[in-house]
Amino acid sequence: MQDWESQKKPFAAVATAPVFWLALFFIAPMTIVWLYSFGQNAGPADIDISGTLDNYKRATEWLYLSIFLKSLAVAALTTLICLIVGFPVAMAITFAAPKWRPWLLLGIMLPFWTNLLIRTYALMALMGTNGYMNKGLGGLWEGASWLRTLVGMQPLEAWTPVQLLYNNFAVVFGLVYVHLPFMVLPLYSALDRLDKSLIEASLDLGAGHFKTFMQVVVPLAAPGIVAGVMITLIPALGAYLTPDLMGGTDSQMIANVIERQFKRANDWPFGAALSFLLIYAMFILIALQSMRSNKVKEAR
Amino acid sequence: MFNRTAIAPLEYTRKLWMRSWVGLTMLFLYAPLIVLMIFSFNDSKRNVVWKGFTLKYYEKALNNDGLVEAMVNSLTIAFLATIVSLVIGALAAVMLWRFRFPFKGLVEGTMSLPIIVPEICLGVAFLIFFAKIDWPTDLPWPLNLSAITIAHITFCFPFVAMVVRARLASFNKEEEEAAKDLGATEWQAFRDVLLPHLKPSLVAGALLAFTLSLDDFVITFFTSGPDTITFPVKVYSMVRFSVTPEVNAASTILIILTVVLTFIALRYQGVKGISDAH
Repeated sequence: MQDWESQKKPFAAVATAPVFWLALFFIAPMTIVWLYSFGQNAGPADIDISGTLDNYKRATEWLYLSIFLKSLAVAALTTLICLIVGFPVAMAITFAAPKWRPWLLLGIMLPFWTNLLIRTYALMALMGTNGYMNKGLGGLWEGASWLRTLVGMQPLEAWTPVQLLYNNFAVVFGLVYVHLPFMVLPLYSALDRLDKSLIEASLDLGAGHFKTFMQVVVPLAAPGIVAGVMITLIPALGAYLTPDLMGGTDSQMIANVIERQFKRANDWPFGAALSFLLIYAMFILIALQSMRSNKVKEAR
Repeated sequence: MFNRTAIAPLEYTRKLWMRSWVGLTMLFLYAPLIVLMIFSFNDSKRNVVWKGFTLKYYEKALNNDGLVEAMVNSLTIAFLATIVSLVIGALAAVMLWRFRFPFKGLVEGTMSLPIIVPEICLGVAFLIFFAKIDWPTDLPWPLNLSAITIAHITFCFPFVAMVVRARLASFNKEEEEAAKDLGATEWQAFRDVLLPHLKPSLVAGALLAFTLSLDDFVITFFTSGPDTITFPVKVYSMVRFSVTPEVNAASTILIILTVVLTFIALRYQGVKGISDAH
């Protein structure tokens, strides 16, 4: 590492472009949003930055607070399901034969590289009332009905397609579909580093697979679990597209409310305040995580 | 796969329930995409029953000027954003790796913010920013894409910097010093020693930036005007108003493009390299 003062010219050559870009096209826009959040509408296209806190006061009203809490709950549920589904997958990749491992990883990563909108749209086509998921469920239903006639009971009523889309279930399902790769990859990289002889030792000493899993694998993979949870929770909390396309009228999340302030409702200062509240929420989550990892470091 | 040796305790992947779990997860991840691709060849307006093979929706999609224009816009933006974010991201990585300077922690932290800040907030910020500074919107193509491209560069280059920095950690500084001892200038040492070492990470970073840019909907949605529709924004409006088989065809083309790009990345880096980049 060199001190910048001893090498002013090379430092200027590498530092100018990134610092300039960051200041002009990231810090400046964010600052304007932050200033707008203390402003009020003064005309159709005029915003007066008066230092008022009204936008924040309005944002903490129950109507918006409840949407915020609901977004948090939906994101947390999505993360939990991703963790439950993703953990065995990450385990399977870790313990797979070396020649299979890269292909399994690729299998998880390819959807992650595919366009988000296309994936959401593909899922919607499958979940529609005439889609294959409904047909599959109908098939199961008829199977159950046939089984009932087999044991001499009345057959079930005919299958009526269920509404799978445009409700809260669809939002969580869609978010899990989109975010699953985010969870599996950090879990895998943590499990891959784990010393496998510890698991063998635990099994040799008489612990069962479940006990070994809970008391050896999970604590050792904790950093990966925390990373996976953060990397899933944060984008899920700010998700816009999935609730917008797959949700119903009651499944809006905070990002949809923000979008409305800028497009239909045209209340930019209030939208700015809401976006900054969302950013603060992210900061709190990240601070909690770094506090936790510092504590772990101190304990060791 | 079917050998009959006993399953060792740690061969979790050979256990039946584990295999079915992975199989079901893969089915969950791929079934929607595969169904979409198959039905893009279906000769039926409604998406449900197979009526026979046809390419007519590909023809329609390729003759749909709006869709083609959106696709061209998307690819142009992705191309420009990739080049600029590659340069800025690599410079940022070298800066953070090589120099000690005041407020370094602050610069480093700020640089990771575009990754963390939710897309919707970044989109809103660009909407307000470009409105506030009266960014011209009636420029001729491709200059009218400049606002979207700028926005894309802002969220792409930190990813490039991250990938390049990881690679820099394995660089042996003595190589560079040797080059300088042998008379290379600062620039020659950078071009002939450091840059070749960085090449795999530059390829990975470029592909990451390209896909991120091509994929982005939310930020583009806020920065695009009526004349600057990108592919995701176009598909969004088509999906909103009516689901047409043309969308299936266009999506299939894009999925295939993604798969091809991924395999190019594989040839450069090997599967292992790709997974390490994440």
